[in-house]
Amino acid sequence: MSSAATLHHADVHGSHDAHHEHHHHETFITKYVFSQDHKMIAKQFLVTGIIWAIIGGLFSVVFRLQLGYPESTFPWLEDLLGHWAAGGKLKPEFYYALVTMHGTILVFFVLTAGLSGTFANFLIPLQIGARDMASPMLNMLSYWFFFLASTIMFCSLFVQTGPASGGWTIYPPLSALGDASSGAKIGMDLWLVSMAMFIVSSLLGGLNYITTILNMRTKGMSMTRLPLTIWALFFTAVLGVLSFPVLLSGAILLLFDRNLGTSFYLSDIVIAGKILPNEGGSAILFQHLFWFLGHPEVYIILLPAMGMSSEIISVNSRKPIFGYMAMVGSVFAIAILAFLVWAHHMFVTGLNPFLGSVFVLLTLLIAVPSAIKVFNWLTTLWRANIRFTPGMLFAIGFVSLFISGGLTGIFLGNSALDLHLHDTYFVVAHFHIVMGVASFFGMFAGVYHWFPKMFGRYLNNTMAYIHFWVTIVGAYLIFWPMHYQGLAGMPRRYYDFSGWSSFNMFSGLNEFISFVSMIVFAAQLLFVFNFFYSMFKGRKVTDANPWGSNTLEWTTPINPGHGNWPGEIPEVYRGAYDYAKDGKEFIPQNVPVGDDESKGH
Amino acid sequence: MSTTAIPTNTKWWNGGRSPFNISYGKVMMWYFLMSDAFTFGAFLISYGTIRFSVNHWADPNHVFNAFPFAGHANLPLAFVSLMTFILIFSSVTMVLAVHEGHKMNRKGVEKYMILTILGGLAFLGCQAWEWTHMITGDHAVLVNGQIEHWGTTVTRNPWGPEVMHNGAMVATPGPIAFGGYFFGITGFHGFHVFSGVIINLVMYIKTKLGHFDQRGHYEMIEKAGLYWHFVDLVWVFVFLCFYLV
Repeated sequence: MSSAATLHHADVHGSHDAHHEHHHHETFITKYVFSQDHKMIAKQFLVTGIIWAIIGGLFSVVFRLQLGYPESTFPWLEDLLGHWAAGGKLKPEFYYALVTMHGTILVFFVLTAGLSGTFANFLIPLQIGARDMASPMLNMLSYWFFFLASTIMFCSLFVQTGPASGGWTIYPPLSALGDASSGAKIGMDLWLVSMAMFIVSSLLGGLNYITTILNMRTKGMSMTRLPLTIWALFFTAVLGVLSFPVLLSGAILLLFDRNLGTSFYLSDIVIAGKILPNEGGSAILFQHLFWFLGHPEVYIILLPAMGMSSEIISVNSRKPIFGYMAMVGSVFAIAILAFLVWAHHMFVTGLNPFLGSVFVLLTLLIAVPSAIKVFNWLTTLWRANIRFTPGMLFAIGFVSLFISGGLTGIFLGNSALDLHLHDTYFVVAHFHIVMGVASFFGMFAGVYHWFPKMFGRYLNNTMAYIHFWVTIVGAYLIFWPMHYQGLAGMPRRYYDFSGWSSFNMFSGLNEFISFVSMIVFAAQLLFVFNFFYSMFKGRKVTDANPWGSNTLEWTTPINPGHGNWPGEIPEVYRGAYDYAKDGKEFIPQNVPVGDDESKGH
Repeated sequence: MSTTAIPTNTKWWNGGRSPFNISYGKVMMWYFLMSDAFTFGAFLISYGTIRFSVNHWADPNHVFNAFPFAGHANLPLAFVSLMTFILIFSSVTMVLAVHEGHKMNRKGVEKYMILTILGGLAFLGCQAWEWTHMITGDHAVLVNGQIEHWGTTVTRNPWGPEVMHNGAMVATPGPIAFGGYFFGITGFHGFHVFSGVIINLVMYIKTKLGHFDQRGHYEMIEKAGLYWHFVDLVWVFVFLCFYLV
């Protein structure tokens, strides 16, 4: 049996090679639409993610208008949104829909599919030395399930009763009862169906990433020689494959409660004076199922950004990453802990305080591997010969945001403090900085760094620097003041604070935050323009290895075809971080170890 | 970070080969099964949470005591034992099909795949009968002082605690979560068996067409087998949680 299996494995390699050689007559459909080339699939994920990011970002600008200028009317909003903004003022129902869809879109469609989908697809085969993913067919299906999920979610924006509006966490009973709100009607069903498709996509993608990394590494590419991007993407995929199915279970039960009259999450509910027959269910059960995905999800979002930042910081510091094995170990520790802390989102649900204290301990433990990573990034930068490329700036920005946002996580992880801070703007500030903006920075770093490999052209640097500085300053200006609002008890998800005298003191601050958010959104549009402009008109790449990088993707031709390497796949002789060794600026992984080379680093 | 050249090929994890000596397809199937185990795990843990948060639960010896064509005979768990036996037997025939595949014996693979498919279909047929019996079977329940006749559905549970009424013991409505979880989880498992039958059918047709002989190995049968055994294993847990406990 084992010999047959090995033979089969060899077959796969053989057929890939043959496939590569016979690939001269590609049609538009096979090359750009139903492509099985991992690089094209990555670009499909990236472009779809960018479109979603524009939609999700625009939503936040619209609801920030309401929060910043609650007394004003904007007639153009009525032209745009029709009866949802009658008289130029956003309706409360639609405000909730916007907040919900902003979260859903950015968490799942942009920072999960757009981030992992893009860079896992693009970098895994290129950096481990494989011609393509283990199963290019399933990889293509992964994108098209994502496309299907996207289509359904996009359609839900246009149904008469509006898209889902119960928050991105879709807690029942609000999400389980169609009578609860207009957004709990067909919009909620579409949300659940779309997410089911999304989970299929994520599963197909994740299985491919894991098997490709385990089975398809080129000769000499032992696990400890993998670039840190690959390690991060590996654990991201494992997290996704093991946590999304639990959300699937939760979503299926919720669909049944909504449509088949079951009572998994419902009990003792009175709506409009009418007692519902549902009894015996538990709304808290849903929160457990949701957060068993929901917490690993934040690491699914964050780990790829960590991995890419590690790689980009090392390359542009012209120094080996500090503590490679500690970096791998801390990602592993984070991946394990990610599964053991979900109830810290539920401290105020009536959770047993003793159980709560266990979750406090496990939550605070995450600070250890996180701190290891932060110190390793800082020591990599320490006394380095730094090149401030746009990718490097965003990677450093990622580290800055991760520190700022991580520190407030220590506050929130304490159940005693969380009682006060739960569901306030302090939480909003915390997670936007540490996983929202930080992961966006990782994603931008990746796009700026690997754009030359993706399209054979550079992004425009001037626009990139404007993009960076406006975004980093703007992100802090938007989210830093929210900590003060949250400490003062200002709750999240409220439509209008002007009726509370306790929060009136923040009306100026709210206006300021809304104003900055518009500027930051405009800077993102500049990036989008830069992206599409440079794709066609950018400066052409002339050097196969423009950043002087060690990893294998830069040993391919400037515009690699399907199969990545025209000849043999390069063999690997060393780890990915031999920078500034033996007086050489960098030594790529495919360079054999010289006789006089010093051991270690 | 080691930079010394280690001769490759001698170490499993050094790249250029599968560290487990198995094809990517099987690695993928194992990870898929892990993922699927989490889906079922979430369902079963939810079930356990709700079941042990209420004071009374339906007695399986009482609920599952019917047998086709046996009238009102009291045969606790007899039918579900038969179902379980059928499913486990289909796992045995699956093992034999994989074994014949290793020997490159097409006829043998065909024979045992047919038996496996029949086992799967028989199980699904049994489940259809059991569901129909539960949904349509009438049971006397005391509701607001009146006797009503209820089937077991996702909104009705006639298996609640018994009380004395007019000199006879009669059941009261039980927690409605029983029907929801029973039909939800056995249904989800049944859906897995159904898709397994479809997969096995495709494998049978491919065997019949000689695809695996051309390919030189029957690995697809092995992968289908992994899935089929997993579905059986899940049934063991479902059986334990709904019928035995």
